[in-house]
Amino acid sequence: MANSVPSRTRSSAPPKAPSGRPNQLFRNLHSKIALTPMILVASVIFFGGTIWTVIYSFTSSRLLPRANFVGLTQYDRLWASSRWWISIENLLVYGILSLIFSLVIGFVLAALMDQKIRFESAFRTIFLYPFALSFIVTGLVWQWILNPEFGVQGIVRSLGWTSFTFDPLYNPDIVIYGILIAGLWQGTGLVMCLMLAGLRGIDEDIWKAARVDGIPMWRTYLFVVIPMMRPVFITTLVLIGSGIVKLYDLVVAQTSGGPGNASEVPAKYVYDYMFQAQNLGQGFAASTMMLLTVAIIIIPWAYLEFGGKKRG
Amino acid sequence: MANVSTLNATGASMDAVKTELASGPRGKRPKRVMSGRNIMIYGILGLAALYYLLPLYVMVVTSLKGMPEVRLGNIFSPPMEITFEPWVKAWSQACTGLNCDGLSRGFWNSVRILVPSVVVSIAVASVSGYALANWRFKGSELFFAVLIVGAFIPYQVMIYPIVIILREIGIYGSLTGLVIVHTIFGMPILTLLFRNYFAGLPEELFKAARIDGAGFWQIYGRIMLPMSLPIFVVAIIIQVTGIWNDFLFGVVFTRPDTYPMTIQLNNIVNSVQGVKEYNVNMAATLLTGAVPLFVYFVSGRLFVRGIAAGAVKG
Repeated sequence: MANSVPSRTRSSAPPKAPSGRPNQLFRNLHSKIALTPMILVASVIFFGGTIWTVIYSFTSSRLLPRANFVGLTQYDRLWASSRWWISIENLLVYGILSLIFSLVIGFVLAALMDQKIRFESAFRTIFLYPFALSFIVTGLVWQWILNPEFGVQGIVRSLGWTSFTFDPLYNPDIVIYGILIAGLWQGTGLVMCLMLAGLRGIDEDIWKAARVDGIPMWRTYLFVVIPMMRPVFITTLVLIGSGIVKLYDLVVAQTSGGPGNASEVPAKYVYDYMFQAQNLGQGFAASTMMLLTVAIIIIPWAYLEFGGKKRG
Repeated sequence: MANVSTLNATGASMDAVKTELASGPRGKRPKRVMSGRNIMIYGILGLAALYYLLPLYVMVVTSLKGMPEVRLGNIFSPPMEITFEPWVKAWSQACTGLNCDGLSRGFWNSVRILVPSVVVSIAVASVSGYALANWRFKGSELFFAVLIVGAFIPYQVMIYPIVIILREIGIYGSLTGLVIVHTIFGMPILTLLFRNYFAGLPEELFKAARIDGAGFWQIYGRIMLPMSLPIFVVAIIIQVTGIWNDFLFGVVFTRPDTYPMTIQLNNIVNSVQGVKEYNVNMAATLLTGAVPLFVYFVSGRLFVRGIAAGAVKG
């Protein structure tokens, strides 16, 4: 059936349906069959599912989703909850610091790697291997290293400095920095790789021109190379940003949200309310806030990246 | 050539060298190996490398010590007496709740999840990418755009609707359900990967096959598939590490007896009952990390290419 119908290939011309033939639906039929899973996922899960969650965040659903709408009650409750505030605060601290540190560390490492050094691939292998590990493994290793009795603190104390204190995982005030250390260990290798690819994309002549003009290397990096790498930086920023919002397994493994609830994060709040506290409405409201956060990061970027090209 | 030989004949012919230099240097200036700049570069890189290697070292060292030694000593010191008992214990005796059959159960669960998930997700995504690259129709790009935007939506937003759908079909909590979930969330990045790859293949091949009368599936199976083995390897690397390391979907979509390795590991290490056996915990952690690490070290450059393909274009 479909073989008898002339199917359109990569031609950019608009499809001209032969007049009077009602089988528009069957043109290119095999392609439509092949893309059915993708169309279902995009429309039902990604689009439909998101809308569904947003709508049900306005209901008082508890154990099961119920469509009795209560307006913004869930959001009022959410923003009145101290645990949610702690989650947001932690995410902000973690997010801002991890953005700054991973960009700076990643860029510095990449710049050093770009000096035509020896053993480059060995260094890259070392910097990137944590990225292959799961957040659970990462969290558990750092839980062990930061163990106050046997880890870093214990060792420094045994060297004679008995008042030395470094127990981020047991101190509610600084627990998020303990998680940050682990998160940076896992993720900076990726940033370094992206930055290195960006640096390799810079024209060699730029360097020669800067040398001829007698500009010191650090100034060339700061005022010429980094502005040229804007697209790489933005892509990296978006990647790290959308990864930060999803921060969940690392916290579960390293602290389980403790001590108390000092290291709670929004993704964990959502999970706990949806699947443990049987309070679906709260979970939906919290996840809608997460969606909003991502939208604030993504929409300006998507507009800059793709909006301009289509109009141009 | 003559230049090199005069330089090589050191000592006696220093004057000859001097005159040579005076007449103007030729060729490259030999690089000084231990310049201050190099010391700084290698110093910083070396320190950074130490920091990145430290946790792996601590894991290995701790997992090879006996418990008395762990309690006594510092976590960085190498084991005085190497024992493999923690590894055996982690694999076959460590307890999660009432089950004391070790991490091996989680390992096999993960394998059972991994294999079908990788196969199905790559099959679906490669066919989708092929259709998007070579057989576009009205609206196909729109759905693709929705798919890519969806990749940025936090999973927490879409998880509950999926739970409902799977529950309605009757496969919530089963292996099939989890395979479907991994296929769904692997789809954006993999489809993008395949679409870009297929779009980069010469169009003439596709046209020639069309003229010879090959159809949709024939072109896919006989032309596209054999030509795209490297990209399949990249996709396999992405999926194996991604699915093996998954935690969230495992927690939501499986039951305790089919928990994947990551969850079981977390339950073993973070269990509040009993005496903490740090050496067993570290052995278990290493065992769980072994699979993605193996993939990483074997695949090398392809791994980098995989994440770069996913990251830069995504």
